[in-house]
Amino acid sequence: MEQMSYRFPAADPAAQHALAGIVSSGDLEVLLEPNTAGTTTIVVNTSVKGRNHIWNALLSRIFTANALPAARVEINDCGATPGVVRMRIEQAFEEAKSQ
Amino acid sequence: MSPQELLKRSSFSELDARARARCLLDPESMRELLGAFDRIKSPWLAMQGITPQADDGVVVAKGTINGRPSVVIAIEGAYQGGSIGEVGGAKIATALNLAARDNRRGIPTSAIVLLETGGVRLQEANLGLAAIADIHSAIVDLRRYQPVIGIAVGTVGCYGGMSISAGLCSYLIASRETRLGLNGPAVIEQEAGINEFDARDKPFIWRFTGGEQRYLSKLVDAYVPDDSNEILATVTTLLSCGVPKRHRSDSYHEFLACLAEVDAGEQASPEAIRRIYRKGLEA
Repeated sequence: MEQMSYRFPAADPAAQHALAGIVSSGDLEVLLEPNTAGTTTIVVNTSVKGRNHIWNALLSRIFTANALPAARVEINDCGATPGVVRMRIEQAFEEAKSQ
Repeated sequence: MSPQELLKRSSFSELDARARARCLLDPESMRELLGAFDRIKSPWLAMQGITPQADDGVVVAKGTINGRPSVVIAIEGAYQGGSIGEVGGAKIATALNLAARDNRRGIPTSAIVLLETGGVRLQEANLGLAAIADIHSAIVDLRRYQPVIGIAVGTVGCYGGMSISAGLCSYLIASRETRLGLNGPAVIEQEAGINEFDARDKPFIWRFTGGEQRYLSKLVDAYVPDDSNEILATVTTLLSCGVPKRHRSDSYHEFLACLAEVDAGEQASPEAIRRIYRKGLEA
């Protein structure tokens, strides 16, 4: 088990909480909750050790490209590939939009 | 099934636990209890190098089915093989206990349990087993008032202590994907030898423990296609049947009498097993 924490600049708070994915092999669970405007915090729990550099690169690419809504994000990972991680995060932000 | 039919149906087994619960409950009626954001997760898995899931792989959803109060308990088969640990097991048992309490207070509440599970979570051994015992007694308590319907439709199957839960349900629903048994194929092979049970032989496994075989052996009440609408319709029908006059598990004397007559020297066949169980139920 490894835990990593991140902090990125963000836009207005997310409209609502959202959940995406399951902690099953090659997948992950993303829990997204609204945060105070301007900041997104992320905690990653993963069973795969020694991949910090990949998480650093992937998350900074996703969260610095565009200003996403401000959120508290928890990621529970079971060996998802970077592509799956990105899709699950995008899915959570999509579902967190107000209807 | 033709390709057109296959594309038209909405598969139940391909849904995750939360989506299955949503599909059974009346629209807008679903309210999740101890959901993922409550973060009541396993305290034991992280120290064994396994990432905990925020809901411990059990979804408890309160709502109505056809306007009648019901609680849907869905086990997530994709998380740790749907295994039952301390937290997930306590969620299931407590949800059933609360439903029984509602019945005693004059609110008739049924329960639907989605059994996509390998049984106890080995990493939480005794705590999981204790939780499964709590689930058993909670089913027996609740089924006196309202039906407890088990649905074992999925690729994981239903094994171990949770197959006993399936046997205690008022009604059990299965499909051709289902496997239902106390011990899994690999365990039987390990204990009894490959001549007795070849765990690599998939058709063999389904012939003995598959949904169709269990239905024809009268251990399953409804044999359905893997289709959300059909399963919901079956649940509605079974709920309207009410509490069965005699629960299957109340016939254990008859089953034991049949098992006593079985000649273990002969190689078992699916047909012989059907005969044994049918006789047990007709007695």
